[in-house]
Amino acid sequence: MNHVLILPILLPLITGAGQLLFYQAPFALQRLLGFASTFWLVLLGVWCLQVAGSGEHLIYQPGGWPAPFGIVLVLDRLSAIMLALTALLGFCCLLYASSGTDQRGAHFHALFQFQLAGLNGAFLTGDLFNLFVCFEILLIASYALLLHGGGRARSRAGLHYVIINLVGSALFLIALGTLYGLAGTLNMADLALAVAQAPPSDAPLLAAASLLLLVVFGIKAAILPLLFWLPRAYSAASAPVAALFAIMTKVGIYAILRVFLLVFALGESPLNHTAWGWLWPLALLTLALGGVGVLGSNSLRTLTAYLVILSVGTLLATISFATEASLGAALFYLIHSTAMTAVFFLLADLLGQQREKGYDRFSAEGPIGHRWLLGTLFFVAAIAMVGLPPFSGFVSKAWILQASATQPQGLWLWAVLLGATLLTLIAVSRTGSSWFWRPGDMAKPYPLERGPLTLVAGMVGLNGLLAAFGDPVMHYLELTAVQLLTPQDYIAAVLPEGRMTAQEGSP
Amino acid sequence: MELLYAITLGVLTTCGVYLLLRARTFTVILGLTLLSHAVNLYLFASGRLTASAPAIVGLAPTAADPLPQALVLTAIVIGFAMTAFVVVLALKAAVELRNDHVDGENPDEDRA
Repeated sequence: MNHVLILPILLPLITGAGQLLFYQAPFALQRLLGFASTFWLVLLGVWCLQVAGSGEHLIYQPGGWPAPFGIVLVLDRLSAIMLALTALLGFCCLLYASSGTDQRGAHFHALFQFQLAGLNGAFLTGDLFNLFVCFEILLIASYALLLHGGGRARSRAGLHYVIINLVGSALFLIALGTLYGLAGTLNMADLALAVAQAPPSDAPLLAAASLLLLVVFGIKAAILPLLFWLPRAYSAASAPVAALFAIMTKVGIYAILRVFLLVFALGESPLNHTAWGWLWPLALLTLALGGVGVLGSNSLRTLTAYLVILSVGTLLATISFATEASLGAALFYLIHSTAMTAVFFLLADLLGQQREKGYDRFSAEGPIGHRWLLGTLFFVAAIAMVGLPPFSGFVSKAWILQASATQPQGLWLWAVLLGATLLTLIAVSRTGSSWFWRPGDMAKPYPLERGPLTLVAGMVGLNGLLAAFGDPVMHYLELTAVQLLTPQDYIAAVLPEGRMTAQEGSP
Repeated sequence: MELLYAITLGVLTTCGVYLLLRARTFTVILGLTLLSHAVNLYLFASGRLTASAPAIVGLAPTAADPLPQALVLTAIVIGFAMTAFVVVLALKAAVELRNDHVDGENPDEDRA
C-alpha cells in the first residue's frame, strides 16, 4: 500500500495544527511553514497527475480494512486534476496573501491549511460520509476565512453563507440516512452496486435521496435557486480568500460528477436520469442569470462573483450532456474558469488599491495610479476571461460549442452561452474604459508592490500557456471523461474481487 | 415505538423549519438546532430501531447496527461545533450591524 496518498490531507492538517499551537512564533516562520506545506502539495499534485495518468485507480485504506467496511481514499484522473488545481491555486493565493492580507486577522495561515486539507479530502474520499466530513472541514475553515479581516460587510455576508451551508449539511445528512437505511452502506462503489440492484419499491426513496444530494451540491456549486448567498459572500471576502473560493463552487461540481456518474449511474434504468433532468434547465438559467448579473454589477468584485456563477452554469450545462466530448470540454473550462476568476478577484484588489476613491466600485470616478501598466494587465486578463484568442478561454469555449453541436439541445447552449459571453465582454469593456481611458494619470501614484503584480501577470501567463500547450492537457481530460463514464472500473478497483460478481449473480 | 419516533421527528423538523424562516438570528439558530436534532435522530433510525440490542455482537441474541451510532456521534460533534460558531457569528453581527435580522438590516426600520 502506497502511503503517499494520505499526504495531501495529512500534510496541511498537521501544518495547520502546528501553526495554531505555535501561534506565538514569529510571523515569518508561520508564513514559511505555510509556503513549505503548500509547495509540497503542488509537488504531490504533480505526482498524483502522473500516477493517475496511467489510468489505474490508486486505492488507500487508512485503517487497513478492505473496502466496503473500511474507509478508502481513491485517486483517479478527476481527483488528480482537482488536487493539482487546488494546490496550484492555493500556492498562488498564499503568495498574494503574504503581501499583507494575512496580517489583518488572527490565524490566517492555519485556517488556510485546514481549508486545503478539507478540499483535498473531499477530492480523495471514496465514501459518502467522509465526503460530508470533508465538506464540513472545508466549510468551517471557509467561514472563518470569509470573516478574516473583519468589518460589517463580512459579518453580513458571513451570516447568510454560514446559515445556508448549515441547512445544506442537515439535508446532506438526511440524504445519507436514507441511503444507508436502504442500501446498508455508504462506500460509493458498494452503494453503486446496491442502488443498481435495489427493488423497484425502493426506487422513489432512492430518487428522493439523489435529489436531496443534488440540492446539497447545488448549494455548494451555486445553481440557480440556491445561489443568492454567493455574490455578497464572495465580494465581501478579502482578495486572496475570494480567489481561493474560486475552487469552492467547483467542489460542488466535482461532487455532482462523482456521485451521479458513479453512485446512481448503474442498473437498467439509472437513477441519475431524475437528477440529470433538473440539471440542464437549471444550469441554463444559472448561465443566463450569471450573464445578466455580470452586466448589472456595481463593483469589480461583484462582477467577478457573477463570473463564478456564469462559469458554474456553463460547466453544468455542458456536463449535463454526459458524453465524452462534453465532459472533456467541461473539465478544460473548469481549469480555465477557476484560474481566471481567481485572477479577477486578485486584480480587483490590485486595481482597487491604486484608485483614489471607491476601491473597486464602478460608481466612483477618478484617476488611477500606474495607468498604463495596470491597464495593459487588465486588458490582457479581460481578453483571457471573456474567451478571445489566444487564451485558453477561447479553446475551452470552442471545445464546449463543438461538443454540444451534436446534441439536440445544443443550440440552446450556443445561444445562451454566446449571449452571456457578449454581456461579459460589454461589462469588462465598460470597466476598462471607465477606469483607464477617461480619467487621467494620478499626480502622485501610490507605490505599486512588485510581488502581487508579477504574481497576477504570471497567472494570466499560465492561462496563455494552457492554450498554447493545450494538446496534452486535452488528451488527459478526454481520458478522464472516458474514465468517468465507465464507473465499473472504479468499482472493480475499490471493492475486493468476487464481491462484484457475487452481487451481479444474485437476483 | 416507530410511530412515536416518527411523530417526534416530524414535530422537530416542522418547528425547526418554521423557526429557520423567522429571519431573526436567534430564532434561526434555535431552528438550526432543532433541525439538527431531527437529523441526528433520523440518522440513528437508519440502522433500524431495536430494543435491548447492544451494538456488540454476542452480548444479546440480536445486535444493533453500530455504524449509524458512529455516524450520529460524528454528526453531533460537527453540529455542536457549527452551532457554537454560528452563535458567536450572530453575536458579532448583532453588535456590528446593530440589529438581529439575518439580512443585517431591519426591513421595517424605515417605516417606524
